[in-house]
Amino acid sequence: MSVLVYTESENGKFKKTTYETVSYAKGIADEMGTSVTAVAINADDVSALGTYGADKVLTVSNDKLSKFNAEAYADVIAQAVKKEDAKVVVIGQSANDKYLAPLLAVDLEAGYASNVVALPESTDPFQVKRTAFTNKGFNITEISTDIKLVGISKNAYGLKENQAEATAEEFEPQLGEEDFSINIESVDKATNKVTIADAEIVVSGGRGLKGPENWGMLEELADVLGAALACSKPVSDMEWRPHEEHVGQTGKPVASNLYIAVGISGAIQHLAGVGASKYKLVINNDPDAPFFKAADYGVVGDAFEVVPKLTEKIKAFKAEND
Amino acid sequence: MKILVCISHVPDTTSKINFTDNDTKFDTDGVQFVINPNDEFGLTRAMWFKEKQGATVDVVNVGGKETESTLRKALAIGADNAIRVDTPATDGFQVAKQLAKVAKDGDYDLIIAGRESIDYNGGMVPGMLAKLIGANFVNTCIGIEIEDEKATVIREIEGGTETITSGLPLVVAGQKGIVEESDLRIPNMRGIMMARKKPLNVVDAEEVEAKTEAVKFEKPAPKGETKMIDPDNLDELVDLLHNDAKAI
Repeated sequence: MSVLVYTESENGKFKKTTYETVSYAKGIADEMGTSVTAVAINADDVSALGTYGADKVLTVSNDKLSKFNAEAYADVIAQAVKKEDAKVVVIGQSANDKYLAPLLAVDLEAGYASNVVALPESTDPFQVKRTAFTNKGFNITEISTDIKLVGISKNAYGLKENQAEATAEEFEPQLGEEDFSINIESVDKATNKVTIADAEIVVSGGRGLKGPENWGMLEELADVLGAALACSKPVSDMEWRPHEEHVGQTGKPVASNLYIAVGISGAIQHLAGVGASKYKLVINNDPDAPFFKAADYGVVGDAFEVVPKLTEKIKAFKAEND
Repeated sequence: MKILVCISHVPDTTSKINFTDNDTKFDTDGVQFVINPNDEFGLTRAMWFKEKQGATVDVVNVGGKETESTLRKALAIGADNAIRVDTPATDGFQVAKQLAKVAKDGDYDLIIAGRESIDYNGGMVPGMLAKLIGANFVNTCIGIEIEDEKATVIREIEGGTETITSGLPLVVAGQKGIVEESDLRIPNMRGIMMARKKPLNVVDAEEVEAKTEAVKFEKPAPKGETKMIDPDNLDELVDLLHNDAKAI
């Protein structure tokens, strides 16, 4: 009857979002008066999951699962759910989690609520709050099935330490050919780059930067902050920057702690796509840019002066405080 | 090759979002509806298969009569046939289940849907549909080629891409990248005229019980005051980023 949480890892390591997901599962388990069981696939060390409230960890070690495969991973989780007789299943909302979730939901005949941002409003009936209309609204979704599948958004619930035992138990799921019906031929991923999905800070540029040759100063600011680089839709459409940097309604969503928009006026689609970021800093020379109304901090000024100056100030601050 | 493109009928990306009936319904008053952008990228890729490889392209939507304008637009862009499953869309599972019936009846090789609709952002219909009909599935698809009954698909992953090969039938969830923005087509007069003559079949819905229900809506809390910082006083900004946002 425990709450089951799938704990995503990459190259054997958990990310911060995984600990957020476990924290959230613990929150639900507390509301329901039950415990948390985590399932981890090919993770090196699962003890840290206890820090965030996992009472038990089902550890799966299987070479066939060395590359993420949605069908197979969903099957592993479903088998864990059945073994534990879990009624609430919690996952994160990474690209891989979103890929496997609908497969898992059908397998478990579970109602699935994605993009959830808070603990259930009530657990009977089971109602959760989620974002809709690309952050322009929320809805309260009621899940009426016996098993409930909940996807908690990044940076929504946060990390909550809650020391538990995290007893590890080996788990050997039954995998068949049908779990590997697609072939992952190759994975092409820059290993030394902060991704928009993982970044705590995102530095984003718009048309106000006038041309791709002016991105150097944003790269420097991003470097100093350990931030990911992003851009607005026009910038990607004009091919100043690669389209994987495009953030907004039809691009990537951003849910970072801090979003820095330089020379982006703030079209409604852009504001929606980055709306889940906690703090927004807008630098623009046009005081009437609509983005200022949605910002926490605003600087009206020439980006070509403000950005390098800000980079220097942050460098100096870091040198002093590190 | 037979392709089915699943089309969602959604508020235009510039729409102001309001709720009505004591915040239990989305207020459609004054809202323009369009083909869901993620679906339109997929439809445009389907046109490429039609023109280069002789595929036939059907489009399908689950919804009431009011969604037919969106299906007509898809026909004007170049789809051959449209199907409307005559029932309101209630939740992701119910829609996937209706689509599964259409997909099975039509015996499609490739089904393209959007990564998510821009209204409910559920992101679950394509995967559920694939699972329900026993087809392979690739999410966040930004490239697809099909040769000799074999698909090569590029999936966007966090910080990169993955190349996948798969047999057919296959369901992919498309997004920008499967074609570029500049590849999108605005229907011309001839396309619009022809679309009027193309078949739009209305089919009865299956009895399906939804698994979830949106019981209430909320608008985001109004945003607090924006703290404006003088460009000559960036120390104040650094201080805010440290003490307030805790970002540095």
